This record gives sequence, C-alpha cells and structure tokens, in this order.
Amino acid sequence: MAVKTVKPYRFAPRDTVDKFPAPILYIGWEDHMMFVSPICLPVPPDTPFQALMDKILPDAYGMHPDFAKIDWSKVQWFKSGKPFVPEPAKTLRENGLGHKDVIRFRTPGLEGIGGAYF
Amino acid sequence: MDTRVEKKKLSLRERYHLMTRGLGWEPTYQPTEKVFPFTAYEGIKIHDWDKWEDPFRLTMDAYWKYQGEKEKKLYAVIDAFAQNNGFLSLTDARYLNAIKIFIQGVTPLEYYAHRGFAFAGRHFRGEGLRVACQMQSLDELRHTQTELHSISVYNKFFNGFHNPLHWFDRVWYLSVPKSFFEDANSSGPFEFLTAISFSFEYVLTNLLFVPFMSGAAYNGDLSTVTFGFSAQSDESRHMTLGIECIKFMLEQDPDNVPIVQRWIDKWFWRGYRVLTLVGMMMDYMLPKRVMSWREAWEIYGEQNGGALFQDLGRYGIREPAGFRDACDGKDHISHQAWLTFYTYDPVAAFHTWVPSDAELDWLSAKYPESFDRYYRPRLLYLREQQAAGTPVANKNLPLLCNVCQIPMFFTEPGDPRRICYRESVYEGERYHFCSDHCKSIFDHEPEKYVQSWLPVHQIYQGNCFKPGTDPTAPGFDPIKAVLDYYEINNGRDNLWYDNSEDRRNFEAWTAEARGN
Amino acid sequence: MSDVFIALQDTDEARPIIEAILADNPQPKLTHSPAMVKIDVPNRLVIRRERIEEITGLPFDLQRIHVNLISLSGHIEEDDDQFVLSWKR
Repeated sequence: MAVKTVKPYRFAPRDTVDKFPAPILYIGWEDHMMFVSPICLPVPPDTPFQALMDKILPDAYGMHPDFAKIDWSKVQWFKSGKPFVPEPAKTLRENGLGHKDVIRFRTPGLEGIGGAYF
Repeated sequence: MDTRVEKKKLSLRERYHLMTRGLGWEPTYQPTEKVFPFTAYEGIKIHDWDKWEDPFRLTMDAYWKYQGEKEKKLYAVIDAFAQNNGFLSLTDARYLNAIKIFIQGVTPLEYYAHRGFAFAGRHFRGEGLRVACQMQSLDELRHTQTELHSISVYNKFFNGFHNPLHWFDRVWYLSVPKSFFEDANSSGPFEFLTAISFSFEYVLTNLLFVPFMSGAAYNGDLSTVTFGFSAQSDESRHMTLGIECIKFMLEQDPDNVPIVQRWIDKWFWRGYRVLTLVGMMMDYMLPKRVMSWREAWEIYGEQNGGALFQDLGRYGIREPAGFRDACDGKDHISHQAWLTFYTYDPVAAFHTWVPSDAELDWLSAKYPESFDRYYRPRLLYLREQQAAGTPVANKNLPLLCNVCQIPMFFTEPGDPRRICYRESVYEGERYHFCSDHCKSIFDHEPEKYVQSWLPVHQIYQGNCFKPGTDPTAPGFDPIKAVLDYYEINNGRDNLWYDNSEDRRNFEAWTAEARGN
Repeated sequence: MSDVFIALQDTDEARPIIEAILADNPQPKLTHSPAMVKIDVPNRLVIRRERIEEITGLPFDLQRIHVNLISLSGHIEEDDDQFVLSWKR
C-alpha cells in the first residue's frame, strides 16, 4: 500500500465493469479535435467490431465533414497507443477489447478543418 | 528616592509569543499519540516546535480590529451596489459567466478550506501553527460568506447563479475543483499544509485571485472587486503561512526533504490543472481583458515561481516535476478549454460564445506561436456553424482523467496536434490520465484514486438521475434527465450566450437605463 | 538575482506605503493596473514605519499594511519597525 494511513485503507474501485450496463470503451479520432477528447461509450462485448464502422462511429463522428471521406481500408487503429489490427467480423471481446480499453483511429490524409487538426 | 526605570516595550514577536505560547500542554490523562493521532504517520519529523516563526503576528485583538474594518467597508459597498442596480455598469453580461465559474467552482473551495484548516488547527502540535490555522479557518469561512453575499445580487437578475452548492457536488466540470480539495482534505495535516498553504495559497494564488479580481475591476464589477480587496489581505496572511510551513519542515530534518518534494510535485500539478479554468476565463470571458493567461503564467508562474524554487534550492528542493510541461501548456490550455466548454455548453451552467474579430485579433497578438495555426480556424468554424443554426456540440460524453477529472483534451507537451494519452493498470483495472504527472500521482497512491467519482462514469452507472426516473420509458432523454438531476434550468442556465435570456435582459435593461 | 514583489490596493490609504517603498528601495519597478499597484525590487524589499510616519506626519502601526495588501513574494521578516521581503539565494 503506497498511501500512508493510520489504519488499513482499502476501498472498492468505483468503476468496475459490474456497475455499468456494458463494458466501457473509449474511442479517439486522431487529428480531429473538434471532438475535444476521446469519447466514452458502453458497448456490449459481443458487438462485432464492424458495428463500430457501420453505426457507432458514424453516430459519434458523422457530423464532421471529413468523416464521409474516410477510406476504411487505409485507417490505422491503435489500442492503448500501440498499432492494432482489428478483425471486423469478430466481436470486441474476441478482438481483445475489454472494460475501459482505449482505441484510436487515424485517417491518413485527413487533417481536419482548415488543416488545423480540428 | 526610587530610580526611574524606563519600561521597555515588548517587541511584536514577544507580544505574540505571550499571547499564543503556553496555550498548548502535554496531556497527562491520555497518551499524547491518542490526543494527536495524525502528527507522525506521514513521516515528517519535527524536533523542535519552538523554531516555528509565526508569520504575520496578529493577536486576536488585532485580528478582530482589522477584519471588522474590512467587513464594514465591504458590506457598505455591496449594499450600495445592489441598491443602485450596479450590474448595469458591467461592460457586458458575457462577463458574468466568469463570475458564474467563480461562484460554482471557487466559492465551495473556500468552505472546504475552512474545514481543512479547522482539522489542521486541531491536529498539529505547536501553538503558533495551530493559532495560524484556526485564524485561517475563520478567514476561509468568511470568504465563503462574503463571496456568496457579493455575488448574490447577480442571482436576482441573471441565470447560472442559483444553485452553486448543489452543482458543486454533482456537475461534471465541478468535480475538478471538488476532487482537488477532497484530495487535500483527506490527506494528513503536513501534506494538507504543503498542498493548500504552500502550493495553492503561495505558489499559485496569484494565478487565481489576481486574474478574477483584476477582471472584475476592468469590467465594472464593483461588488466582486470589493470582495477581492477585502479578501486579499487575508490571502497574504495565508501566503506567509505557506512559505513558513515549507521552510519549517525543510529545516527540521533532512529526511523531510524527499517527502515534501513529492508533495510539491503532486500539488503544483493538481493546482495547475484546476487553473485551466482561470486561463480560459482570462483569455475568453472578459470583455475588457486584463492580460493573457500566457502573460500571467510568465510573470507569476515562471518568473516568480522560478525565483522561489531557486531560493528553496538551498534545502535540496528543485522545481516541481511538472513545471516544464506547465510552461509548455501556456500557449494552449486556455484555447483547448474554451473549445471544450463551447462544444459542451448544452450541459454546462454558464454560457459560452465565439469571440468577435477584434477579440480574435487580440488572441493572435498574445499567442503568436499557436493561435493562428491551431485555434483561430477552429473558432471561425464554430462561428460559421452557429450562424447557420447548427452550433457544434459534442454529442458523446468525454473520457475524463482519473486524477484531475478534466476531459482529456490536453495535448502532448511539444506537440499540440496530438491528444496526450497515459494509462496504468492497477489490480486488474485500467485507468487513464491526461499527462505524465497525473499518472505519476495515481501510481504513487492508487488506493486513493480508484475511488474517483468521475461524473461521466457515474452518469453511465445510472447514479445521476432523480429518484423515480425510468430510463426504459419511451422517449427517455438521458441528457434532459441528467440536467434535471443537476438542477440546471435547461434553456436558461445552459447553451450559448447569443440566444440567452441573460443577453436579451441585459440589452433591454441597459437600453432602458439610458433612455426615456 | 531575482525580484521580490509586493502588490497593494490602489487606495488613498495605501499611497504613503507605496511612496515609502519607492523611497527606501533601490531600482523599484512600479506597475499600475486598475485597483492594484505592484512593486518589484531586486532581491530585498523593505517597508519602514518611520518613513511612512515621515510622509503622513501621523503615527503608523505597521500591521495596518494588512488592510491594503494584495499579494507578495519572498520570505517575510516582520517587527514593529520594518517589514522585509527577501530571497535568501
């Protein structure tokens, strides 16, 4: 125990997966800071990864003019900052994504409005 | 005949010693460690409490005299301001959104400070320090009260002032100051003093109070200026307690140095993160600006802070670990914060807007390294969308840093194109941070931060709805339900300034006041 | 060598204090903003009660500077006759 205390100091973590309707996934779109920070979504673990590209990401990011231009075959994915190659037909769980994991996607050639990473 | 003897006048130090020493004693009915259970566990070693040099030796009679004078002046001015509809002389009602942030995010911290210093005043040994803490506890309660009084006049006429204490405990951006102070209040007495007296009230205070109070002076807010005057001299007493406590701990035992250094690193960074709101306020929310966040940081952070840490070098203390990154952030954090609050304005209890062209030019001049490259194009896009009737709003809730609890909009030091992501895994759970320094704070005391009450997670856990709310009912709107739980009046307290009731009212009333 | 500073309210009551500081310290830099006067001095700043009394012609309790003080930097040494701010290094 690193924190100094006068008696035992142990509390349950506040954000374990059992407390949420579904495991939490954080998603960030690199170079597009109109979405000021990564977003936080509960996504059932049996959701196919493809559903991200088909529904979840369009809902979240479709308002951005760059979104319609995305070439999904060229998108680079990252999990915890490291390159990650998802299998779209498999579920999030099967792709190794668990509670409070963070993924990012980079869309090469698209650098936001006015090239200002927005 | 008796020889005449000149009665020697006691010096200030002697008078103060007579009034304060001897108020403490060694307990005999109970063991000392039972009466004072918190003095040793942090590892700070104090060998000689007599070496404590009282900062600002105010005896109680002097305290009452000066505080009484200040109160009479203050309440006379607040009263006159209210009776004369003083708000009509504000430069612009946009300014009041800075004061909304103050009453929502700063005033509750005064109350927390009152509680924290009461605890410190009880649990230290050393009568000089205990008396200083008790006086500060009174000062902080006074600040809570005088701020509420000074700002209450605006609640009669404008939105966003009516529920600050309720909001403080619930609303997403207010968990930033709340978690900051709860971290301090749940620390031991020596850490508390390092966190609040030193890091906050000495190192960083000029970056909080001077901007708000100068901002008030520049924008016609006589009520807040007068509160500011009235509080500032209390603050300078607090500052002297801060510098004295650091010196005292460092001089008592060399073993204290690494402990104090760790605390300075933690609390400089936590305080700096809270000040993001102030940077945004200075650069965006004052119709008549005082100076830029960058300028304030250079004067009070770099020059003044630099001198201080150079001085403390004689004890083996170095500048805080996050100091360089804080300097790097001076060109960016205010803009990044404003863009965040603009795009989340539907769920905030104050208004935002896009700056005018003249204001954009001011920002370009103050931020030659960053503004035109990164932030002007973004603001122009926001303006374009607002004019088209489709204001840009973030639909999804953000990832919050587990320590500072701010949405992770901060960029990598040295690279403003990339959001800064850091993480740790502790006992099988993953945690995310905005910076190396928040991560380091977590890694050192994870048992504390696994308890973080993160508003975004709490919303998803269903803890931010009023009792009886049914999320499965048809047409359920979670955002409306959360605003209801927050007791934010949807359409009045939130959303952008241009279409606000505040703006319509201010324009109508000032026209009325100047016409017939 | 770094500067120490003191910041005072811009009131009538503070004026003799400000004048005393300017008289008794080398190379003082005065910055005047609405409601606030800031004085920066290299390394050591002293406020002397006697100087204030000379300026006003009235007795002055040095602790009264509390009522007009806004902020300061440096280490503080205070007695009945002078108030000093300084860096030790």
